[in-house]
Amino acid sequence: MWQWLKQLYHRLGSPKWFYEITEKWIPWLAVLSALGCVAGLVLGLAYAPADYLQGNSFRIIYIHVPAAILAQSAFMMMAVAGAVYLIWKMKMAAWVAKVVAPIGASFCLIALFTGAIWGKPTWGTWWVWDARLTSMLLLLFLYFGVIALQQAMDSEESGYKAGAILALVGLVNIPIIKYSVEWWNTLHQPATLKLTEKPSMHPDMLIPLLIMIVTTYLFFALLVILRTRNEILWHERKRQWVKEILEN
Amino acid sequence: MSLVTATVKRDLLLAARNPGEWLNPLMFFLMVAALFPLAVDPDPKFLSKIAGGVIWVAALLSTLLSLDALYKADVEDGSLEQWLASGESLYAMSLGKALVHWCISGLPLTIMAPVLGLMLSLPQDAYAALLLSLLVGTPVLSLLGAVGAALTAGVRSGGLLLSLLILPLYIPVLIFAASAVYHAGIGMDYNGQIGFLGALLALAACLTPFASAAALKLNLSR
Repeated sequence: MWQWLKQLYHRLGSPKWFYEITEKWIPWLAVLSALGCVAGLVLGLAYAPADYLQGNSFRIIYIHVPAAILAQSAFMMMAVAGAVYLIWKMKMAAWVAKVVAPIGASFCLIALFTGAIWGKPTWGTWWVWDARLTSMLLLLFLYFGVIALQQAMDSEESGYKAGAILALVGLVNIPIIKYSVEWWNTLHQPATLKLTEKPSMHPDMLIPLLIMIVTTYLFFALLVILRTRNEILWHERKRQWVKEILEN
Repeated sequence: MSLVTATVKRDLLLAARNPGEWLNPLMFFLMVAALFPLAVDPDPKFLSKIAGGVIWVAALLSTLLSLDALYKADVEDGSLEQWLASGESLYAMSLGKALVHWCISGLPLTIMAPVLGLMLSLPQDAYAALLLSLLVGTPVLSLLGAVGAALTAGVRSGGLLLSLLILPLYIPVLIFAASAVYHAGIGMDYNGQIGFLGALLALAACLTPFASAAALKLNLSR
């Protein structure tokens, strides 16, 4: 198992191998995420019972929660990829970190936007300075910082490195920011899903949510792969194997 | 004398001979705080409620102002390359630079803050908390800011970028410090907040020099 993982890791460092293997993954990811999206949304929007307190407005949870989870996971992924680049100088990792940043920022924006829409009927206002909203907003700022820094550097390579360092500093800071903000003010309902506790939701509501979360991860993987492939083609454009692909 | 102490001494001497370097951010600190009564409400009762927060926001902004120059000259005149060639630990060097920055920004701010407290009618009981929170909190600002300064040292118009990068990281300090001053003002205990600030300081002093050192090396590969 360990040997296999090590091998996989080394292979992932090869742009050509990555390009060829993901060619086969793309249709699967695309079909699965489309099916999951349809299933999750139909179950969530049409079949799940209305919330006894929030009525139908709670249904935005099927977009809001997956987006929020993804926004946080993507930051972690960006930082880890950045660390891999800093330590092992693996170019693939730098490209992954670069393409993940705008995707993660978009999920963060979606979470904030759907949160505002959800907040209006529930709390009677678009925005409140609540802990979870605020820490999400700060996460968005961190994303902006990383993206701005990646682009500000003269050479692409130092942009990747600087972005990676900032992402790592941000990663250490995220829990601190999260808890300090939580301690400062809390109005948001506590997290709907916790890994350590039995879910408090009715299964009819919960299952579509779980489907949507898995689907969003698949969709995220698809986006990252597609964009990384673009990066590969661009950076390796002078290599023979890329020329051959482009000519066909 | 080691390279780090020599550099710290040189930088402090430079700051002493070029007072604008630390006086200008201090003026900025005063002016920003003076904007709030003008823009919001000069009523002392209202001011006393927001004074702690206003002073802290102003301190934070003026810290950012002086950060931009922290490594710029060293990158431009080649000192940075000499540090690396000397084999001296960049970790210690980053700590030393952050210390210099605190001496020319955080320390004057702390000394100046009670004056602002008077102008913003800060409650009597809150002065100790204000000084204590600034004394423990501003070094964290310098340490975190030094990372940003090292990252943006080689970037043209890096100052604005620096603020973008660093401000979100400053939020925890701002929250605990402003809350300490506020709670002291209404006669409540504020040990917890100061304790948190101390924890942040310990964490920042241990970890940020790693990031600063990595970022400094980055400026050479360019």
